[in-house]
Amino acid sequence: MRRIAGLTLGILAYAVAAHAGSLCDVAAHLVHADAALPRVADSIAKSKALKIVVIGTTSSTLPGANGEALAYPARLEIALRKKLPEVNVKVISLAKPRQTAADMAEGVAKILRDEKPALVIWQTGTYDAMHGIGAENFQTTLEGAVDKLQAGGADVIFMNMQYSPRTEAVISTTPYADAIRWVALEHAVNVFDRQAIMRHWGELGTFDLVTATKSLDTATKVHDCFGSMLAGLIVEALARDADAPKEPTKQ
Amino acid sequence: MSAPAGRDLRLDLFRGLALWLIFLDHIPANIVNWLTIRNYGFSDAAEIFVFISGYTAAFVYGRTMEQRGVVVASARILKRAWTVYIAHIFIFVIFMAEIAYLTRSIDNPLYNEEMGALDFMKEPGDTLIQALLLKFKPTFMDVLPLYIVLLIGFPPVLWLLRKAPTLALLASVALYTVSWNLGWNLPSYPTGVWYFNPLTWQLIFVFGAWCGLGGVTRLGPFVRSRWVLGLAAAYLLFSFLIVMTWYFPRLAVHIPKWFQDWMYPIDKTNMDVLRFAHFIALAIVTVRFIPVDWPGLKSAWLKPMILCGQHSLEIFCLGIFLSFLGHFVTSEFSRSMGMQVLISVLGILVMIGVAWLITWYKDIEGKGSGKQPKPSDADLAGGGA
Repeated sequence: MRRIAGLTLGILAYAVAAHAGSLCDVAAHLVHADAALPRVADSIAKSKALKIVVIGTTSSTLPGANGEALAYPARLEIALRKKLPEVNVKVISLAKPRQTAADMAEGVAKILRDEKPALVIWQTGTYDAMHGIGAENFQTTLEGAVDKLQAGGADVIFMNMQYSPRTEAVISTTPYADAIRWVALEHAVNVFDRQAIMRHWGELGTFDLVTATKSLDTATKVHDCFGSMLAGLIVEALARDADAPKEPTKQ
Repeated sequence: MSAPAGRDLRLDLFRGLALWLIFLDHIPANIVNWLTIRNYGFSDAAEIFVFISGYTAAFVYGRTMEQRGVVVASARILKRAWTVYIAHIFIFVIFMAEIAYLTRSIDNPLYNEEMGALDFMKEPGDTLIQALLLKFKPTFMDVLPLYIVLLIGFPPVLWLLRKAPTLALLASVALYTVSWNLGWNLPSYPTGVWYFNPLTWQLIFVFGAWCGLGGVTRLGPFVRSRWVLGLAAAYLLFSFLIVMTWYFPRLAVHIPKWFQDWMYPIDKTNMDVLRFAHFIALAIVTVRFIPVDWPGLKSAWLKPMILCGQHSLEIFCLGIFLSFLGHFVTSEFSRSMGMQVLISVLGILVMIGVAWLITWYKDIEGKGSGKQPKPSDADLAGGGA
């Protein structure tokens, strides 16, 4: 049902996007702010600054000499500076290969102490799914860490796993994506549904996610989209703060 | 449902249906699997499958236990577990062949992380040992190990079910409750626990077995009550509405926070009570509208589904293989919606064809060997998985 509705919307969006020349927008309807970002709003109101930390694994990076500049954290910084010209935006990527959610959760206290971010973008799930950590443990880990982050003054945006047509039959990510969705619902946290977005691109053929290649071409475009779409999500969530400034923060 | 004396074709029918649904659900990114029940309520084909397997196992091996004694019945159950184990290992080999192919073809800088995972899985030595120990269970290969463990534990359960059915059922509920609360589960490789926790999923298997040994007759008046039917229907509707909020997240804000706190997570690994209740509600509504003497059960249209349900182990394995194959075709050649529909339909046709072949082969074997043809209930025992 969602798929059919999504597809219809998608085709419409595709037609529009083809004119606008932006491939990302094909999946724009899959990005929506379900929660406000009160700590980000606070930080901007107080100091005109927004410090974002990205924690995650290999899929938050791109290989090669320019990898760091091309990967979505750097693209997010550029996109967000355009959207919020009066704010001093800084994005720091702490993505490292082969980390489970539990590994990353251990680093949370140190990140809060050293970086004092107003927002943490937490990309996770893939490595846990590959190693069969168990969706239940995974979920408990996320819950504990989100509590810590929110209490430590940082809002959270989850980014779920990539859609990978070649491996989805052998790595079952669904229980982990569900766990992320549940924690997000319970803790009033936004999810950047990378999986749904990429699946949509894959189905419409917006990007070729199947052909084997050494080229960074597609990967670069995909990450650029992630960056600008994340920026859009943050701005939309901030508009929610403006709509409901007195909304109590959920801890 | 009927008294346990005659063969209840509804069991074959719904197991056949569950096999089709499992096949469809196991092809990722398949538009057709939006038709399957997991998208419209808490429980899915797994519950149907395990329940019916428990029902038929009790029905068939219960009769053996009555006629031939505890030892013979136990030996047959364990032999069945061995057959399922062999089937599981066979599927595993096919899976590893797919991995070997994928690792060579997936090269793309976007997917460096996923490629790393495959490298880990193709470590043949360790992985093989862990697979033989049922600790390494690749994606979508969790159901047969669950069934193997349930069968191995089944002889004493069956004995008790025949002596003191209520006590056996209470013991099952107790094990479920304790495992749930203390977090008991079997270990997996390289880390984690079983996706289908046998210690909790045994509840629906034992409940099925209890029903198969006459529990259905005892439940009869309860199931037929109008209040119970209404309650079941209301719960199905509730479950449907909740599931809709997963697909349309904007609807989720209408569910009060305290209620979400109480309800979530709805755990599949431990077969959450909400899932169990959903299956029961589904069963109550189904047996109400499809009685055992429903003429449709004899119609040619439903025959294919019944045939598949009668050879469930073979058709289950075939379904897993076909879903690998189907996924392979969609990712290698075409992801179009037409192709997804085509693969789904073809896969089910192949399942029907093979089920028909097996029936035909068993028939000629039965005649050719000069022995009396086995009673048709043996097919039910051949069910399971």
